[in-house]
Amino acid sequence: MSNTVLKIENLGITFGGLKAVQHLNLEIKEKQLYGLVGPNGAGKTTVFNMLTGVYKPTEGKFFLNGENLTGKGQEFINHKGIARTFQNIRLFNNMTVIRNVLVGLHYQPEFKCGFFTSMFRLPRHFKVEKAMRERAKEILRIVGLEEERNILSCNLPYGKQRKLEIARALATNPKLLLLDEPAAGMNPQETAELMDIVRHIRDEYNITILLIEHDMKFVSGLCDEVTVLNFGTVLAQGNTKEALNDPEVIKAYIGE
Amino acid sequence: MEFLETLINGLSIGGTYAMIALGYTMVYGIAKMLNFAHGDVIMVGGYTIYVILAQTGYPFLGLAAAILFCVLLGVAVEKVAYKPLRGASPLAVLITAIGVSYLLQSSAQMIFGSAPKMVTLVHINSINIGALQIEGHVVVTLISSFVIMLLLTLFVKYTKVGRAMIAVSEDKGAAQLMGINSNAIITLTFAIGSALAAVAGFFMLLKSPSLTNTMGAMPGIKAFTAAVIGGIGSIPGAMVGGILIGIIEAFSLKSAAIAPYTNAIEFLILIVILLVRPSGILGKKRREKV
Amino acid sequence: MKNFKLSHYLNYIVIAIVGIVFTLLSFTGNVKSLYLLMLENILIAVLLSVSLSIVVGFLGELSLGHAGFMCVGAYLGGKASVLLEGVLGNTLINVIVSMLIGGIIAAIFGAIIGLPALRLRGDYLAIVTLAFGEIVRSIFMNSSKTSFGGSFGLSTPRYDKDYLFIVGFVVVLICLAVVQNMMRSKHGRAITAIRDSEIAAKATGINVTKYKLIVFTVSSFFAGVAGVLYSFTQYNVQSTNFSYNYSIEILVMVVLGGMGSINGSIIAATLITFLDVKLQTVLTGDLAVLQDFLYAIILIVIVIYNNAPGLKNFREGYNLNVLFDKISSRKNNPANIQDDEASWHRVPSKIQIDEVLSTKIQRDPTASIKPDKEGK
Repeated sequence: MSNTVLKIENLGITFGGLKAVQHLNLEIKEKQLYGLVGPNGAGKTTVFNMLTGVYKPTEGKFFLNGENLTGKGQEFINHKGIARTFQNIRLFNNMTVIRNVLVGLHYQPEFKCGFFTSMFRLPRHFKVEKAMRERAKEILRIVGLEEERNILSCNLPYGKQRKLEIARALATNPKLLLLDEPAAGMNPQETAELMDIVRHIRDEYNITILLIEHDMKFVSGLCDEVTVLNFGTVLAQGNTKEALNDPEVIKAYIGE
Repeated sequence: MEFLETLINGLSIGGTYAMIALGYTMVYGIAKMLNFAHGDVIMVGGYTIYVILAQTGYPFLGLAAAILFCVLLGVAVEKVAYKPLRGASPLAVLITAIGVSYLLQSSAQMIFGSAPKMVTLVHINSINIGALQIEGHVVVTLISSFVIMLLLTLFVKYTKVGRAMIAVSEDKGAAQLMGINSNAIITLTFAIGSALAAVAGFFMLLKSPSLTNTMGAMPGIKAFTAAVIGGIGSIPGAMVGGILIGIIEAFSLKSAAIAPYTNAIEFLILIVILLVRPSGILGKKRREKV
Repeated sequence: MKNFKLSHYLNYIVIAIVGIVFTLLSFTGNVKSLYLLMLENILIAVLLSVSLSIVVGFLGELSLGHAGFMCVGAYLGGKASVLLEGVLGNTLINVIVSMLIGGIIAAIFGAIIGLPALRLRGDYLAIVTLAFGEIVRSIFMNSSKTSFGGSFGLSTPRYDKDYLFIVGFVVVLICLAVVQNMMRSKHGRAITAIRDSEIAAKATGINVTKYKLIVFTVSSFFAGVAGVLYSFTQYNVQSTNFSYNYSIEILVMVVLGGMGSINGSIIAATLITFLDVKLQTVLTGDLAVLQDFLYAIILIVIVIYNNAPGLKNFREGYNLNVLFDKISSRKNNPANIQDDEASWHRVPSKIQIDEVLSTKIQRDPTASIKPDKEGK
């Protein structure tokens, strides 16, 4: 039995009077690939926003490796080990690809370099910069963007921008990686590549992954367990095949 | 009595600020930009009144001309300077607006010189109600500004165009899908805002006849303060904020110890409001979508 | 040294050489005092524009209160130097101590103003900084005659006319070193990340609060120092000189220089101040405003040219870059662009003013399918 990485207990959030998400319970084991699916507006991204501290949940708690992170700040949660990508890509557009990843490496303890160390150009500054660059290249290699590292990130094609978001998130050395529609806008070949990358990340770096995706082939190909959300409530949960073939789920997607 | 006099004075100053604030708030609500040059439209209105008054001698003809000219100017500025930047970063738009403000001020100075021009519009007798004495221009400003605000509220609430304006300010994209020509609505908003600014310029000249090329700058910033205090984007908010600022100003000018700090106090209130409640008194909270 | 890049140090070298040349000329008595005053003004303007450019160009926030920080520095540093004159025998030590005092107090104000910056963005912050500047000014304006002179202005010692500019050059070099070293480090990267996307920066673990405060503090420190320097060049400091119009003038320098380009800010500040002084004698009376008029037009045209979405194709087809390519028939191979050059030399910013000057970077034809930024 492997450890539980993420545990969500009765999580919920209300906007005005709208219950965007309610009574969400989830448990994700180490190195698991877990899917979060559901029709548009089901509250999937809201769950991500709560897990990363963008929104403060109005009820319930969540734990990362047993530590309660509910309602903590975004930076804090990231430092604790939850990283994410965005549904609508949010790269640092005016920076080169490698710099995007370097920003992700900012808070890694081995690259610690104080403000004044940089200001006075002490040897440590140069050492750290060099080491960071090496690591950034390594991470870019994983997602296959090493060649493009000196291109401005806004000039990358769409699919590669998504991969760069993954690389940037990966750079923060997360225990849990949240991918928000990673395959959106990708062609079948890119999607297949992405599946390999996701598996590779999980295996090589022992990262647990929670992902939102509309591409059911992608979900069933990767995830062994899913949670299906609809109107903020859990519709089905458990084994991917069973959950996706649940009549309630099919009804929610296709209608009556 | 003195208290009541000061209050009425404040309401009148507030009426002027509210008119300017309406221009800010409507443009902000609909075009999502801070029209930094809005205050200078007041000044342009002032000079138009001055020119027409000098030529013909009719102050109200001057007002009509000022409204017309300011509307044309406002629309032209929107088309030339702001429209190309629709969709660009807000910072770029704001800097352009600052540029336009500079442009209007320096153009006015080139044409009319930096020496203040005296514009004596009409003399209205003071009104005495018992021991209460109110200056004539205060009464005129007070009544006209409240009537204009009422008309504007009715216009926005009950006409098709007014409702289209609300729709565009809520969601430009959706409004466009509903067949609303959002460009036309934005142009209209600038036109209305500029017309209000021209009227405000008239009121300001009624109050003090000295006309300079920077006469609109400070009132403009204060009116923006008013718009923010009331909740930017909200029409009733601009009115409430404007009147509030007016009353504060009237009372603080009354006391010799505080008077020199009037501007500072108003700005301090702005900072405090923005820190405590950035959405203002009547504004809606906006959440950035992630 | 292996990592030595001449281009990184070129601006220091140029400024140092200019400083040395003027020092020598001044020692031999070959510079007219009019030019020395101009030089002092230029150095002050450079300090102001470089310090503002870290807020506007790198952090991507608009501050309209820069003159306010300068005002704090000018008054408090000026006052300090008056008070210290009797205590510290040495003029140079007095100058340095006063500058530190003015700079540090301005920096404290900067940090206080930075706090709202954590909650507010864009237009709101611009207005708050503007309000701050006006508040500061009105406080000094209404101060008593014995404290800061009130409407009479603060009398300050006019320090040695012949050599004060040397102090100015040293301060500019220090400012340049601080700003460039900061921006060319991981901390600078974090700051530009906040500019590009605050939400993503937070999600990537960047401590946005810390960096915004750092930027505001550093920026206002140097604005304060510039203010102290200004007070040394004057016999009398008047609060009316620090109105928001002056903040806007500094902003014009930053925008003209190209947002996010420190060298651009330096050049623009030099040019504008030079023209200011030169045109003062040419354009007299109401004609003087012609200059403001031209600045306004240039500002509008530059911002629209660089930012209008409709002019995108035009920008890419006709810019200085293409012109340079034509002149030198230099082949710009994107593969050869080193990351450091592409990103630092001309840091592209939210306002891509410097696109005019930037290193051309390959545009991927397939990159056109981009998501709507504001959309869902």
